[in-house]
Amino acid sequence: MQITLKVWRQADANSTGNFVSYKVDNITEDMSFFEVLDMLNDTLVCNGDDPIAFDHDCREGICGTCGVFMDGRAHGPLRGVTSCQVHMRSFTDGQEIVLEPWRATGFPIIKDLVVDRSSFDRIMESGGYVSVSTGGTVDANALPIAKTDADEAFDAAACIGCGACVATCKNSSAMLFVGAKVSQYALLPQGQPEAKERVLNMVATMDNEGFGNCTNTGACEVECPKEISLEHIARMNREFLKSSLG
Amino acid sequence: MNSNTPGGPLAEKWTKHKFNLNLVNPANKRKYNIIVVGTGLAGASAAASFAELGYNVQAFSYHESPRRAHSIAAQGGINAAKNYPNDGDSVHRLFYDTIKGGDYRAREANVYRLAEISNNIIDQCVAQGVPFAREYGGLLDNRSFGGAQVSRTFYARGQTGQQLLLGAYSALIRQMGKGTVQFHPRHEMLDLVLVDGEAKGIITRNLVTGEINRHAANAVVLATGGYGNVFYLSTNAMASNVTAAWRAHRRGAYFANPCFTQIHPTCIPVSSDHQSKLTLMSESLRNDGRVWVPKKKGDNRNPANIPDEDRDYYLERLYPSFGNLVPRDVASRRAKDMCDKGHGVGETRLAVYLDFADAINRLGRNAVSAKYGNLFDMYQQITGENPYETPMRIYPAVHYTMGGLWVDYNLMSNVPGLFVLGEANFSDHGANRLGASALMQGLADGYFVIPQTIGNYLSKKLNETISTDDSAFESTENDVMARVDKILSINGSRTVDDIHKELGKLLWENVGMSRNKSGLELAIKKIPELRDQFWNNVRIPGSNESLNPELEKAGRLADFLELGETMARDALSREESCGGHFREEHQTKENEAQRDDENYRYVTAWEYQNGNVPVHHKEELNFENVSLTTRSYK
Repeated sequence: MQITLKVWRQADANSTGNFVSYKVDNITEDMSFFEVLDMLNDTLVCNGDDPIAFDHDCREGICGTCGVFMDGRAHGPLRGVTSCQVHMRSFTDGQEIVLEPWRATGFPIIKDLVVDRSSFDRIMESGGYVSVSTGGTVDANALPIAKTDADEAFDAAACIGCGACVATCKNSSAMLFVGAKVSQYALLPQGQPEAKERVLNMVATMDNEGFGNCTNTGACEVECPKEISLEHIARMNREFLKSSLG
Repeated sequence: MNSNTPGGPLAEKWTKHKFNLNLVNPANKRKYNIIVVGTGLAGASAAASFAELGYNVQAFSYHESPRRAHSIAAQGGINAAKNYPNDGDSVHRLFYDTIKGGDYRAREANVYRLAEISNNIIDQCVAQGVPFAREYGGLLDNRSFGGAQVSRTFYARGQTGQQLLLGAYSALIRQMGKGTVQFHPRHEMLDLVLVDGEAKGIITRNLVTGEINRHAANAVVLATGGYGNVFYLSTNAMASNVTAAWRAHRRGAYFANPCFTQIHPTCIPVSSDHQSKLTLMSESLRNDGRVWVPKKKGDNRNPANIPDEDRDYYLERLYPSFGNLVPRDVASRRAKDMCDKGHGVGETRLAVYLDFADAINRLGRNAVSAKYGNLFDMYQQITGENPYETPMRIYPAVHYTMGGLWVDYNLMSNVPGLFVLGEANFSDHGANRLGASALMQGLADGYFVIPQTIGNYLSKKLNETISTDDSAFESTENDVMARVDKILSINGSRTVDDIHKELGKLLWENVGMSRNKSGLELAIKKIPELRDQFWNNVRIPGSNESLNPELEKAGRLADFLELGETMARDALSREESCGGHFREEHQTKENEAQRDDENYRYVTAWEYQNGNVPVHHKEELNFENVSLTTRSYK
């Protein structure tokens, strides 16, 4: 296969960026998309050019490090997968693919396709935990939790913090990310003692970090590589309302 | 070498030891600074626990966030001796299975402590809100895992590592919010600073700006993971590396048992030369999947058309009592054996089948999907084949490294003030790690061991002030800068990956699943040549003063190029087969590993010699509570 990659190049946070096109040959269908980027970067290095910076690490869809816009879609053409899991069999010979970084006020660009998502850590710092210190806990089975609640909490906890929800949202809203964490703890007895402060603080931090509001478009749910449901945003809204009034 | 293992009966050692350790007064804890490098399971749990106790913590990661650490990719589960299923488990049995699984090359006292602490870990994680799998009654579910005949593995679908890491991350981030932990993202440790022979700081590079910084503390804790990426292709994440540990090794910390590497049996086979990494399919799949190859060599038929009588379910045949659940080293070696004998499947012939047809018939597709759905999806994503309909093709791949920096019972290296946790140390898994015990060890070290033992060291350092103005910091920083400048100035013609692939191939062929004298000697001869290639012919674009992934990779490869040679020397010096270390010269008639307890019942710890042949030290292993038997899974 041959592919043309039209890539956003930006030297650093303060530079202006632009698109540069690269032709890549000798691609096979079973290569991953990032292996094509590796191959292109090898050529760039050999030619004395600056290779394309992109975030990636586990390359098996779980660490949440990677995230590029491929042809206007967060994490590419498939549902329920991260960028690193996209393989070339999803594209056709001769295709041009446009690559862009996540674009959001809350995610400033560091270089090329690499963005700074430390805002997510700051949101988590404001309430994404249960205040339990090491030691002195009761036996794990002393706290039975209905399987349905545990399973739903797991569905929320599966969020990998990649930021696709923000990047794909027209408002750059982080509601799915925050909703997933609030929801996980709201469904579990361990989360109850701090439920009120948690949702209020996390939402406040989210607003301060420059993320927009949710207008129920649902694009986040579609593009989420872990298919986190919009229901978690609804649950967060209920928690927020309850905590604001109570 | 003194392991500082306490005396007394095995079951009382840890309790007694905790009582004998010096304590730091609660009001004095805030006078101490601790550096934690690496914020995966071990590092995050340690950093959070230190801060809860009142210490000041500086935590460092080359990742943008602690949540990206490779602990997140662990799939199957975490062991604990809870005996919830009432199937005969106990602390002693978990201890016994772990020490036996490690082929009797680990310290009894460490392993027993690990088993003892295992139960606290589950309690701690549940209290944090980690959503483990549960039964309909609301209690926790368990499953069995390779190398054990009881169900003691707690799990969260196929994402146990993710959920445990997010639990440790939540504990850490709570402290970051309070300001008791200062986290330095995208900072890579490039050297260890010794003041009067003790570890008192580190030198880091800011990966975004290139700034080289000095950081001082009363103690340094490394929790920087394993070195599987020395092989280039492994199931490790792309950035996983040995640099922090190797830099400490170069400053005097002994590196123990580097040849003990684990090859995991159930990985997706290599498909092309461009492959950048390998993907593991959780060992839990062997609970229901049956491993087989065609009886006839080179049988090209579609697996669906190969009837049962033409299939060799070789693990069930060779090991009737454990069957498909034999430990990883055994399953891996047998798969290689089958492929070497011409029974391999798929295009490359370097794969065996893992078949779920029987499980789907017995349990139904939905039940199989509930257990393994995400793994099946991942397999299909990568290979384009549907494992519900056709058997998976699997092949062993490098997955975990049991070797690492030598530590005593307190997890302190031979360099005072330098502590090492998790996969980065060598301590608990001997020559082979059992499934679901890496998460257990990382969290045991971080939550429950180091918070106790570090106080014993720190208590002797009250009012010690360490300044980054000390000449030791200046000279170490100069060394780091000179190395970065040197790498950038070479301007040769080969990329980092190109040299790394060559190193990986050399190691996989000669220091991989099966080793012999001539292969190891070849590796020892070839690696220095490759190192010369690197230092004279690598090409790094760009400068130090910006985000430069090629420069990062180059520094890591330079260290792998030294480690690889020490691994080969270690494998050559160990004239026996044990666990993941299989020397072809030492095998039984049935091709099983042949241990030599009389001559090799020890830990090897290598002392760096400034580029010359490292010095070989031994820590004898004494077994007072288990008798050394030949591992049999028949």
